[in-house]
Amino acid sequence: MDDSQVQRILNNPKFQEMVSKKRRLSWTLTAIMLFVYVGFMLLVGYNKPFLASSFSGGITTWGIPLGLGIIVLSFILCGVYSYIANNTLDPLNKETLKEIEAIAHEKGAN
Amino acid sequence: MKGSSLRAISIALVGLCCYTVAVAGPDLGAAEQQATNWPAIIMFMIFVGFTLLITKWAAGQTQSTEDFYTAGGGISGFQNGLAIAGDYMSAASFLGISALVFSSGFDGLLYSLGFMVGWPIVLFLIAERLRNLGKFNLSDVVSFRLEEKPVRTLAACSSLVVVAFYLIAQMVGAGQLIKLLFGLNYNIAVVVVGLLMTAYVLFGGMLATTWVQIIKAVMLLSGATFMAFMVMKSVDFSFSNMFTQAIGVYSEAHKTGMGDALKIMGPGKLTENPIDALSLGLALMFGTAGLPHILMRFFTVKDAKEARKSVVVATGFIGYFYLLTFIIGFGAILFVANNPQFLDLAKMAVTGKLELVGGNNMAAIHLSEALGGDLFMGFISAVAFATILAVVAGLTLSGVSAISHDLYANVFKKGQTTPESEMKVSRYATLGLAVFAMILGILFEKQNVAFMVGLAFSVAACANFPVLVLSMFWKGLTTRGAVIGGIVGLVGAVGLIVLSKAVWVDTLGISETAPNPFNGPALFAMPLSFLCCWFFSITDKSARAEKERKAFDAQFVRSQTGIGISGASDH
Repeated sequence: MDDSQVQRILNNPKFQEMVSKKRRLSWTLTAIMLFVYVGFMLLVGYNKPFLASSFSGGITTWGIPLGLGIIVLSFILCGVYSYIANNTLDPLNKETLKEIEAIAHEKGAN
Repeated sequence: MKGSSLRAISIALVGLCCYTVAVAGPDLGAAEQQATNWPAIIMFMIFVGFTLLITKWAAGQTQSTEDFYTAGGGISGFQNGLAIAGDYMSAASFLGISALVFSSGFDGLLYSLGFMVGWPIVLFLIAERLRNLGKFNLSDVVSFRLEEKPVRTLAACSSLVVVAFYLIAQMVGAGQLIKLLFGLNYNIAVVVVGLLMTAYVLFGGMLATTWVQIIKAVMLLSGATFMAFMVMKSVDFSFSNMFTQAIGVYSEAHKTGMGDALKIMGPGKLTENPIDALSLGLALMFGTAGLPHILMRFFTVKDAKEARKSVVVATGFIGYFYLLTFIIGFGAILFVANNPQFLDLAKMAVTGKLELVGGNNMAAIHLSEALGGDLFMGFISAVAFATILAVVAGLTLSGVSAISHDLYANVFKKGQTTPESEMKVSRYATLGLAVFAMILGILFEKQNVAFMVGLAFSVAACANFPVLVLSMFWKGLTTRGAVIGGIVGLVGAVGLIVLSKAVWVDTLGISETAPNPFNGPALFAMPLSFLCCWFFSITDKSARAEKERKAFDAQFVRSQTGIGISGASDH
């Protein structure tokens, strides 16, 4: 592909729509994960007594559901990403590819 | 093995994956040879025989360099996910984390978390773009628009550093573990591991390595599931019951009051220093996204969609596995801590602490005996060995790709090679790496190698990760920035670890106190590496830099759409 083809792809509205959707999804989920994990590590670093305090009056401490919760959250976020990617982004990607492949294959360039 | 006395494998096995634990300076050389453990050996032989058959089959399928490095791109997303999980669930994770839970409860969970949270990040930011941009390994990706020679050399070197440290640590761990579990001589054990790993990689390439991983992952997951199920059954499937009983047993076994025993339900000694806690978290989290043998697995699938599927599957299995190790650790408190059969009374008399026969890393192995008898313990021992084999095979393959594909074919020969000559070099590289690993495994027998896995994760997080991420996401990155940033990350991570207590005081014994008071380098070296990448890129006014910035657009289109991707599935 030469530069003008690349520019035309970048300016293609479908491509832009796809990129912005992908970007929003990836960075939102990354931010959630980082926020939760770094927050938890800060708690571990600076507020140990809270994590060691009782969760529901019993022997289980706050640290256990929060810690296991982060593992479960990792699952869930991955699930959310893959659900949206499969159902929204992939079809969009396919449509985009149809439009831009025409551009990419002009003049036999690829 | 029953009734025979297993002695002191140090907590360095924990350290194999959990390096800050190792600051206490454990010595891996302490394991003594045990009576020959036939059930474990027989099960292991079955595993080896089966994997060699697979290797024979894979050898017939492996002709081109594509086949060798990436199994021709013909692995399915699900299979690859299992294989990634297999790469990640090392013997150190399994034995180390369950042992850490056994001895300090909550702290073990902290490690699981760190290893876990890297995966969503890999999924959201890296996996699909990586697949769209690369062909064989991460060097392909960073040299996509940057100047091939310097960038590829750097990426290959830091990958080799990661691989070398990881490999040595695994070899030494393997030797100790086999001596302990199977009753084989240490040197023989290291040579056996080396030879098997050579066979898998040399003849079967990525295809055989992948299937060895998959089989091992399934064995490990089923064994661990059975153990966790039996533990939960004994407490009527109630976590609260399990914790209550475990605290009771713990206080009795450790001869502490209930108050002290309760402390294991919250964060303890592991993270006394908040800086270390954060640094550890960062190294574990971002190190995952820079481990060459893990990244390489994304090229074994046919497209970005399958790469995504691989990570989702891998994350599922890895998370499930860490939940199991948590239960297994508490189960070990219930079934092992107060069972005289598993306690090393002589050693307890000396240290005044709870000591398990064979060292505290044996918690999961003893639990398997308590739950399923000799035969099941043999199975779990065999799985632990199989695990090491599979992991070293994966590591070797990624080291080989750095030597033959990056350094030889693309840097030294500037891409002017034939697939035949590259294959030939890769076979020599496999032999070379295997000999290297065996010799160093034997030389390091009595050394504490725990810091080496720390180095591996830290170098991955500080040198590979910033360059990889910036090359994919930041238009402004230039060759100069990437090279300087990468070198700073590499030297910074290695330097800070050498100056830390684990190496400076405990391993080298240079002085009483370490120049660097912190154990984890990631919190400092990683931002510094990013900073250098940024600074030396924006100040780069050369014509080359201008061209590289311009080339980002084309790379961006390709990374988003996969358009123009080399046909990895053209077989």
